[in-house]
Amino acid sequence: MMGSENPGFEESHLFASREEMENLVLDDPLTTTTTTATNNNNSYSSFRSAKSSISDAATRHPLSPPVLSTPAESDPLLSPPVFRNPNASDNNSYIEPPSYADVIFSPFDDNSANEINRVDSTSHDLDSSLTLSRSSSSTSDYIKITVSNPKKEQETTNSLVPGGNTYYTYLITTRTNIADFGSSEFSVRRRFRDVVTLSDRLAESYRGYFIPPRPDKNVVESQVMQKQEFVEQRRVALEKYLRRLAEHPVIRQSDELKVFLQVEGRLPLSMSTDVASRMLDGAVKLPKQLFGESTAVVAPHEVVQPAKGGRDLLRLFKELRQSVANDWGGSKPPVVEEDKVFLEKKEWIHDLEQQISNASQQAESLVKAQQDMGETMGELGLAFIKLTKFENEEAMYNSQRVRAADMKCLATAAVKASRFYRELNAQTVKHLDTLHEYLGLMLAVHGAFSDRSSALLTVQTLLSELSTLHARAEKLEAASSKIFGGDKSRIHKIEELKETIRVTEDAKNVAIREYERIKENNKCELERFDKERRVDLLNMLKGFVVNQVGYAEKISDVWAKVAEETSGYAKDSC
Amino acid sequence: MEQQRSTSESSQSPRSPPSQRYLSVSVSDPVKLGNGVQGYISYRVITKTNFPEYQGSEKIVIRRYSDFVWLRDRLFDKYKGIFVPPLPEKSAVEKFRFSAEFIETRRQALDVFVNRIASHNELQQSEDLRTFLQADEEFLFQSMERLRSQETGIFKKKPADLMQMFKDVQSKVSDVVLGKEKPLEESNPEYEKLKHYVFELENHLTEAQKHAYRLLKRHRELGQSLSGFGKASKLLGACEGQALGKAFDELGAKSETLSIKLQKEAHQLLMNFEEPVKDYVRAVQSIKVTIGERANAFRHQCELAETMKLKEINLDKLMLTRSDRVGEAEQEYKELKAESEEVTRRFETIVRRMNEEIVRFQEQKTQDMRIAFHEFAKGQARLAKSIADAWRSLLPKLEACSDTS
Repeated sequence: MMGSENPGFEESHLFASREEMENLVLDDPLTTTTTTATNNNNSYSSFRSAKSSISDAATRHPLSPPVLSTPAESDPLLSPPVFRNPNASDNNSYIEPPSYADVIFSPFDDNSANEINRVDSTSHDLDSSLTLSRSSSSTSDYIKITVSNPKKEQETTNSLVPGGNTYYTYLITTRTNIADFGSSEFSVRRRFRDVVTLSDRLAESYRGYFIPPRPDKNVVESQVMQKQEFVEQRRVALEKYLRRLAEHPVIRQSDELKVFLQVEGRLPLSMSTDVASRMLDGAVKLPKQLFGESTAVVAPHEVVQPAKGGRDLLRLFKELRQSVANDWGGSKPPVVEEDKVFLEKKEWIHDLEQQISNASQQAESLVKAQQDMGETMGELGLAFIKLTKFENEEAMYNSQRVRAADMKCLATAAVKASRFYRELNAQTVKHLDTLHEYLGLMLAVHGAFSDRSSALLTVQTLLSELSTLHARAEKLEAASSKIFGGDKSRIHKIEELKETIRVTEDAKNVAIREYERIKENNKCELERFDKERRVDLLNMLKGFVVNQVGYAEKISDVWAKVAEETSGYAKDSC
Repeated sequence: MEQQRSTSESSQSPRSPPSQRYLSVSVSDPVKLGNGVQGYISYRVITKTNFPEYQGSEKIVIRRYSDFVWLRDRLFDKYKGIFVPPLPEKSAVEKFRFSAEFIETRRQALDVFVNRIASHNELQQSEDLRTFLQADEEFLFQSMERLRSQETGIFKKKPADLMQMFKDVQSKVSDVVLGKEKPLEESNPEYEKLKHYVFELENHLTEAQKHAYRLLKRHRELGQSLSGFGKASKLLGACEGQALGKAFDELGAKSETLSIKLQKEAHQLLMNFEEPVKDYVRAVQSIKVTIGERANAFRHQCELAETMKLKEINLDKLMLTRSDRVGEAEQEYKELKAESEEVTRRFETIVRRMNEEIVRFQEQKTQDMRIAFHEFAKGQARLAKSIADAWRSLLPKLEACSDTS
């Protein structure tokens, strides 16, 4: 009988049936086969950006593997080591990779399922898996955030340009069972500017924490890219960002986030957001400070923010001078980073970052190579299908028909294997993306460490200022005591000085408290980071390996059958 | 390609006596000789046979690529109509001439070439084959030199061919005079079909071969990327330390192991899949040459028939006028008739041979391809299985990590 097929092939409903395969030939064949239950997502949008060659290729080629997300319950990685094993009877080593049959779309994705009027598909499914592993908490608290429905809006305030500026807003929907939010489901519309504000305010309030970095502004890209593509890219990035914020145990409880998610309307700018006005204010203040008209002293409440980015230029200068003194001066600064453990950890983090970066790059190459393999295998299959058709049409001898049957056997297997490679790759991208995510997280770590060092610098500056002030006071007193009856002007100066010292002393105490607080935050965060990172990386490894095993077994089966069917040298058909 | 070394197909031909005749050849041991631009590879050709025409049952000679070319050209010349087995190409790029891969694929192809000749019931009787397989180097060198000097310069073509060339010009002139510009072609629908088939087949096969070559490159690339990934994984493991670090380290080790397997499989693909497909392409190209020979023979036959007709008319005229040139004309006519018969016979031989050859060709290719596909599938299955096994062995260790962490 011409052409063979094993009818029991368990996922046959997902691939072209025999007849479909026969009709494949010469037309653009594989578009017909993606009528499976899942949608035609290309999953190659992670890893760097949509600009990667992977996504280009995927949009070019109609055959893209559906993206899978395995819900937490059935993910073999989370539950205790019980591998899902449908073929348990004979082959207890067979591990079923996340298969189509098991995909249950999370109900939260319904929203995003609505806007599938895009040319390039979304990869929202990728992120739903992010919520799995990290929440090691025993409670069932959840916050599920979705970003969707970008809309173009007009700038309503007076703008210089008639016809006005346009900008995009995004619908941010939150579902939660956390009581603090007051409601279980709510939405707001936000523009990117609001996200920047949120990020800045969090940075102020949560110094020392590993705050997930917000998406880039991408000013150049927004001009250069196609609008639709850019908006989609931004939508994805925003969703990722907000979800990460929601995962952070401390930040998810923040007022800033709550307001952002629930309260419609423009977010109030924080005091130090506006760089330009900061600089202007500072420039105005400086002469006054120098001439003693305004306070040259750092008020305690200002101390809790770093000098950089603030409006106090004088403070900036002082801390800069201090840092130079720290670096170049022979004398040690009054307080140093003595925590050896911390310093070692810092160096280790740096090394870790390098290794993760390296691994991430290699992972990209691996993914590309896997994808190429799948593509070429598919092309080989198609070439042989054409040959099969040709031989059958022109056959004058039976040997030709036999050969055509053999070719079909091979070609069918090659096309199947090609699909498997592509699915394998889609999963691999998903798993290895963890590396890329952690690179992003490193930015957060750097931020937290620099919070610490700028807080320390503030303390050091205040301490050295205090010692300067004390020294000046001593000199004045010594000079004053030499004059009988006291020196009216000097005494007055000493009074002023004593006042300054008091204020500075307060500021110093506040600064020290702030520094200690940040140090504590660092410590907690580092512990959390270590724990979560180990879990995430281990999950990544498991997922990657399980995936490889599953698909390798499938591919092996496909070829083993062909080998069997071509093993006779007798001129039987396949 | 092992089966080519088995017994010859003499038992299939009804004419030769049924006996255990065998002629088996191997091409092996490529050795680089000479220096620089004049460097070349020599091969050891070992013949084992019980053919009575051969001296002794075993003979070893040293040959180089151009010697094989000589053999093929001689066979093409003497056995028109037979699809002479194809040779591997000359190296297009100078610097790959001595690459290991090139040498190995060429050696294999040369081995297949000689064995196909040895197992072809007509070709195996060729005297040139005997010379090729047995002549010691000096004799071969001399005889080849003789021929080469004949073939260079104005005597590149043999005298018979020179005549043919004149006649070609002549016939073209007469064509123009008679108003027939088109070259003569057989009006044989089956043959037309065959020609069309051959030309189309070459296109299809070339594409398949292209993808086959790309596929083996992909194997190499995947191997390389796995190796890089493995190294990075190890470094990351060293940084992480503890159980997780070990897991990364093991992952890295497995990756590197698999990388080696992939490189090996790429080589297997080259030798056992891509080369056979390439060989198929070459075989089809060889058929195209035969098609060309047949066309030439046909045209030659037609032209002679034309000429004969004219001569006949002329002869009749002369006979009617009782010219004294009748005798001469009669003689010419007789000669022409003999030649025409010879040419017709040659053409018919080609046709007969081609008919046999095409059947043989199709059968052989079916066999060749089945073997190639089998090897391909086996290799892929084996590779995939070892990939699965390697990764699977990691799983218990990964499980152990999560228990401890």
